[in-house]
Order: sequence, then structure tokens, then C-alpha cells
Amino acid sequence: MKSEQQYIELYKEVSTLIKQKSCKVMNDVRDEAFAMFEKVGFPSRKVERYKYTDVDANFAPNYGVSFSPLTLTPSPYIFKMSEAPVDINEYYAKVADLSDGITALNTTLAHDGIFIHVPKNTRVEDPIQIDNWLRGNVATMMNRRILVVLEQGAEATIIINDHAEEKQRFLSTQVIEIVAKDNSRLDMYEIEETTNLCSRFSNVYIKEGRDCSVKHNSITLFNGQTRNLCDVYMQGENSEVTLNGCAIGDGNQRIDNNTLIDHKVPNCVSNELYKYVLDGKSVGAFAGKILVEKDAQKTSSQETNANLCASTDAHMYTQPMLEIYADDVKCAHGSTVGVMDEAALFYMRQRGVREDEARMLLKNAFMGQVIDQIRLQPLRDRLFVKIEKRFRGELDKCEDCRLCK
Amino acid sequence: MSEQNEFVRSVAEKKYEFGFTTDVQTEIIEKGLNEDVIRTISAKKGEPEWLLEFRLEAYRYWLTQKQPTWGHLKLPEIDYQAISYYADPTAKSADGEKKELDPELVKTFDKLGIPLEERLALSGMAVDAVMDSVSVKTTFKEKLAEKNIIFCSISEAVREYPDLVKQYLGSVVPYRDNYFAALNSAVFSDGSFVYIPKETRCPMELSTYFRINAINTGQFERTLIVCEEGSYVSYLEGCTAPMRDENQLHAAIVEIVVMDNAEVKYSTVQNWYPGDENGNGGVLNLVTKRGHLRGVNSKLSWTQVETGSAITWKYPSCILSGDNSQAEFYSVAVTNNHQVADTGTKMIHIGKNTRSTIISKGISAGKSENSYRGLVKVGSKADGARNYSSCDSLLLGSECGAHTFPYMDIHNNTATVEHEATTSKINEDQLLYCNQRGISTEEAVGLIVNGYAKEVINKLPMEFAVEAQKLLSVSLEGTVG
Repeated sequence: MKSEQQYIELYKEVSTLIKQKSCKVMNDVRDEAFAMFEKVGFPSRKVERYKYTDVDANFAPNYGVSFSPLTLTPSPYIFKMSEAPVDINEYYAKVADLSDGITALNTTLAHDGIFIHVPKNTRVEDPIQIDNWLRGNVATMMNRRILVVLEQGAEATIIINDHAEEKQRFLSTQVIEIVAKDNSRLDMYEIEETTNLCSRFSNVYIKEGRDCSVKHNSITLFNGQTRNLCDVYMQGENSEVTLNGCAIGDGNQRIDNNTLIDHKVPNCVSNELYKYVLDGKSVGAFAGKILVEKDAQKTSSQETNANLCASTDAHMYTQPMLEIYADDVKCAHGSTVGVMDEAALFYMRQRGVREDEARMLLKNAFMGQVIDQIRLQPLRDRLFVKIEKRFRGELDKCEDCRLCK
Repeated sequence: MSEQNEFVRSVAEKKYEFGFTTDVQTEIIEKGLNEDVIRTISAKKGEPEWLLEFRLEAYRYWLTQKQPTWGHLKLPEIDYQAISYYADPTAKSADGEKKELDPELVKTFDKLGIPLEERLALSGMAVDAVMDSVSVKTTFKEKLAEKNIIFCSISEAVREYPDLVKQYLGSVVPYRDNYFAALNSAVFSDGSFVYIPKETRCPMELSTYFRINAINTGQFERTLIVCEEGSYVSYLEGCTAPMRDENQLHAAIVEIVVMDNAEVKYSTVQNWYPGDENGNGGVLNLVTKRGHLRGVNSKLSWTQVETGSAITWKYPSCILSGDNSQAEFYSVAVTNNHQVADTGTKMIHIGKNTRSTIISKGISAGKSENSYRGLVKVGSKADGARNYSSCDSLLLGSECGAHTFPYMDIHNNTATVEHEATTSKINEDQLLYCNQRGISTEEAVGLIVNGYAKEVINKLPMEFAVEAQKLLSVSLEGTVG
């Protein structure tokens, strides 16, 4: 039996329960999503975008599915999907690509979700923070759904933290849909600090209007098996998008980032920077595609992926792709996999810096390029500290998590 | 403006220069593909039993496979039963006597600039001329034999040097490699066999010229190059085909074995018929080329200039298993009108301190699609491996596409792998600069493109470099306006 079968059976059993707990807008697409999931199942490794992650194996174990309710601190911008102040029919499951097996499954099983709505010409001063704590007595599966709508001229910063309890297996799927209307600005940070036993499948879909600026950061500090997909559709002129990411892997961790930036209209700018440091037997994968459609003239696009393999057993797969159908464009990508600069190491050793310290400084500086671009000062400072601790092996996952307090 | 239009039209209507056909008595076997056809081909070539077995095994494997679809191209449906798999323009006449070389054939190759008479030939180049399924003539064979170099058609090699062929055939590209490799292994006809013995430097350039002439046939050539310890050879390949409305299939295999301290330089100028401006006809060029660098300090260099073919789908690759071996790949791919090219290379690093360089230049014009697809793989034992790849694409026109799909699989922490790619159109400043100095836009584009491709063309042997440069300008003329 392939692993999708157990989810198909599960849904057939509990569909009434999910529908009861959920709301109309989510239920409206549920059966369609289920039909799609039944049809496509989990993507195999023969599917180009899932080449580096064995989805089937991750979903094969028997997980209990969590339907626990969401707790939200009251805020003028954050709502439960069921209590949305505006009509979300036109957004929900409209940006996401249901033909993706993971998205279809998430849409089928998600019973509630978070809706972030920033009204027209409103600037949200404080960052919106979503903390996700995975805990339970049994291996648990969690389906998170987030919808972000930035009305015209809105501005917001969103931080999503993922934590997990030790010694338990968790599987999470996540679908985030972002609609950034004209003139809006969004900074989004996803920071994963879970455990070796966690599997994460995250699909982020971003639709941008004109004169927008969207920045998405995906930071994997500690994980088990992570698969992040980020699709950006640029539908309005003069917009920009930045996709940044960094990942630190050791042990048997796997980190797979897959991005697509689809330039549909002229005069847009996209930037992409992903960096990996891999130690132990970790496996990193990066596949980024920049698609410039026929009419998207004057597109400027830069994609960079740099990787450091620190051990003989670490594996890196990288695949920076350009698909270009317009002639008046400037697109470039660069990708490197390499070792630490011996000359720099030597320089530091000469000045009395211990070798392991020198190596750590170099790794820190390597990651610094991504962290430096974070616009939110306190987060930037905190991440610098965390990354240094991570490299030292001191990252205390309990530090700012309230699980056991 | 009208003057410019006139010029563009005149160039657009320019015919493919090598599109003529030769009227020569050609023996073509029945269309279709089955075990009997394979037995017939094998019998016609007087092949030993083991080779027939090899063909049949490949055929049986091919039957179990499906045509791959992963390329960034739309392969028209190929009816494998509508193709004749063997066409022999040197066939015996009705009375059963082997004729002298048909003067028509000699004329054809003369017209293509490949003289088959040695006194006329460019000194320093030996040619194996292949038309359809048969090698017409190999020049300078005797002179090369003095140095114990074997240069002949593969059919002849099977007869004369069966042990060598048996040892190496299929050792680099096994028939199970891919769909078209299996097809080729089943029905392959002529191609060249080159064997350079130990410590020998081949005194002249070896060259094979492939020509498809007969209608409704495919060409399935097979080339095998073995370079023993400390030897060197430079090998060139050129190809053309007549203009026809239907697609013609060309599925070849090239295998290269490079031993300790040996060096092989393989250059291709591919100019198969690209189809007309509406995308009708043209050659489907589906080729598997691979070199195995078995020895330490061995070196292999692929240089290709791809201007022809309706569809090009090929990845000349290198397996670097000898320590300190070096591989290079230089490519210029030009597509115009409705041509599609999905080409690139694979560098598989297995030995220690292996180095590879990839320089790929794509130029797309008209409504064509040009993709670079490459793999750099560094195995876990390949300590100190080094790769540098650079892929640039130039877009001339708003209806064409240029794509880059590089794959890097790194399993070793001492490897250094770099890849960079850019896509852009011709720099307006450069054009303006030329215009200011009285150089017309058309000419300026030619100059800039030639400069852009120079890095690759410089790697070609002299005679080919001239031809390649000429080809580039012909392929691209009329794309500006």
C-alpha cells in the first residue's frame, strides 16, 4: 500500500468531523481538494520538483492527526479563518496550486487556519508573530493553513517560528497563501527550530500586484527533514521580490528548498539568495527556477546559491534554473559548492585564533550575507547569536520556547 | 526601413547551402524494425555472431522502453516502422560486381568540401566519409597504418580487429543507457573506429563526415575511439543532410576511451538540415556521446558548434575516473526559426584531483528554443575535484527562449564547484558604438556574436574554425530588424 492510501481512508472516516469543526469557505473546496489528492497522490521522486525528497517515506508512518483548536492573541489583524472579517472566498485556495499533492492534502485536512488581513494603507508597526509548538504524547501530524491578504498600500512584517517537543515524531504540512495587492510591502520570516524527529512540508504561494515589495526568508536552524516550496507569481509591473534562505544541517538532517519565480509582466525585479552549511551526513538540496514569460520585458533577476560542505558525508544537490522567453532581460544565476578558504583560515591561525574557532568564524560570516539582509534589527541580532550557538552546538531549543514552562 | 526589410527577406529566403540530394544508386532495405531487419543488417555487414547477439539484446531491451519526455522540447511522434534502417549508396550493381567508387559520390563530397582523393585533400587531415549507412571511403589509411594507427569504418574494424571492437564496444555507452542508445545499439550502421597505440601522437587530424542522402532513412552511426597510454588524437566530425519536408532521424553513439596520460580532442560542427522557416522537416539529432577517462592524467576535450538540426538533444559527457584527469566542454549552440536545442554536458568526477571546465554559449533567434542542461557530479571519493561552469545565453528576438538547467550533485567536501549563467540580449551600447563608427546593425550583430562565441571557436582546429565562423554568420543573418 502506498502511503497516500492511509490518508484517503482517514479522510473518508473523519470528513464529517472535520467539516463540523471547520468553516464554510474551507469546506467549499475540501472535496475538490480531496478528489485531486486521490488523483495525484504524493509526488514521487520522478516528479522534477520532488526529486530530492522522498515524500512517500515521510508520510508512511502512522501519525495521529491533530485537530486541536487555534489560540490567537486578540489583534486587529489576525483572525481565525472561520471568523474572517472580509469575504475570503476569492483568496482561499485560489493562489495555491491544488495539483500539488501536499497542497491538496493540506487543503483536505486543515480544519482551521490563520487569516492575516492588513487593511488599505495601513502599516502594522509591530511584527506579527506566529509561534507554532508541536507537542503531543503520540506521533502527531499537523496541517497548518495561513492566508495573508495585504490590501493596497498595506505594510506588515510576519514572523513564523516553529518549535517542537523533543522525543516525539511530528509531521507538519503547511500551506501559506499570500496576496499582496498594489503598493503593499511584506517582510516575512519563517524560522524553523524543531528536532531531528520532525518532518516539515511547507508550500508558500505568493501573488504580487504592481509596485509591491515582498521579501520571504526561510531560515532552517534545526530540523529533521524539511521541504520548503515557494512559488511567486508576479502579476503587476514594477514589483520586486526577494527570496532568501539559509540552512544549517548536520547529523542526518535533510533540507530541500524549491522555488519558482514567475515573471508574468514587464519591469519586475527578483533576487534570490540561498546559503547552506552542511556537516555530518546531512543532505541539502536547492532548486530554484526563474521563469520569464514572453511579455515580461525589462526583467532583472539574480539568483545565487552558495554552499559549504564541511564533512565528507554531507551531500549537496543544487539546480539553479533559468527559463526565459523574453529578449530584453537581464538574468543571471550563480551557484557554488566549496570548502572553506584555507588562506583565510591560515591568516586567523597566524593571529592566534584556534582552528575550530576560525572555522566557526568563517561559517558565521558565510551565513552573515543572508542574515544581514534582514530588515528587522532585533531579529537580525537574535539570529546572529542563534547561528553562532548552532555552530557551536549550543543551540538551546528551550531558550525562548514556552513548552515546558 | 524598406531597404532593411528587403535585406532581411533576402537573407531569410536564403536556402540551406547543403540541401541538395545526390542521385546515386542506393540499396535501401524494407522499412520497418524487427529482429529480421537486424539480422539482415548484420548479415549485410558480415558480422560475427556475438555482434548480432549484442544487437538483438539491445533491440529486445529497446522494446521494453518508452521514448523519454523530460527534455525541454517537443519531439514529433516518430514512427519507427516507417524508417528504413539501412541504405547503402555503394551497393553492388545488378550484375553483382562491386563497382568502383561512384563518381557521383565523389562529386557530392567534393561539393561539401570534403575531397576524397588524397592528392586534393588538405594535408594533415584524414577523412572517413559516411553516406547514409555506409562508409564511402577512408583516406590516408595506409599512411596512418605506418604508425600502427587504426582509422577505418566500424564495419571494417569488426571484420579486421574483432577483439578490439569486442573489448570496447558498449563499454562506455551500454545499450541500456537510454532509449536512443538502445535503438542505436540494435541497428547501428557505419561510423568510425580509431585506435591510437601506446605513446603515439596521431600525425594528422582525423575526421568523419556524415551525410544523410536517401529519403525515409535514418542514420545510426557509431563511433569508437580508443586512445592508449600516452597517445594523442584530434578528431573532427561534420555533418549535413538534404532538405526534405519530413523529419529524418539521426541517433548516434560516440564512445571514447582515454587511457593513462592520453589526450583526445573531439570537435563537432553539426550542420544537419534545420527544417524550413515554418518548422517543417529537418533532422532530429538525438545523440549519446560519452568519453571515459580511465587513465591517470588523461584529458578529453569536447568542442561543439551546433547550428543545424530541427531538434538537437545531446549531452557529450565525461566520466573522470582516472586520478588527475581533465575534461573540457566548449559549446556554441545556435537556434533560429523553429529549431529546438536541449544540449549540454555531464561531468562525472570519480577520481581524485579531477578537473572539468564547461563553457557553453547559447544563441537563440526567431522562434527557437535553446536550453543548456548539464550535470556536474562529484562522487564521495573524488577528493579535490574542481569544476567551473559558465553558461551564457544571447537572445536575438522577442519570440525565442533561452533556458538553463544545471544540476550539481556534490558528495565530497573537498570539491569546489562553481556555476554561473547569464541571459541577456545584445548590449545596446555596443551596437551604438558600432553604428557610430559606420558599421551597420546587421554587421555589428555579426561582430558581437562572433566575439561572443570566440572563446569556443578558438578551441576548434583551424580548418573547422573558419567553417564554424561562416556557419554562425549564415545561421544568424536576418535575425535583426
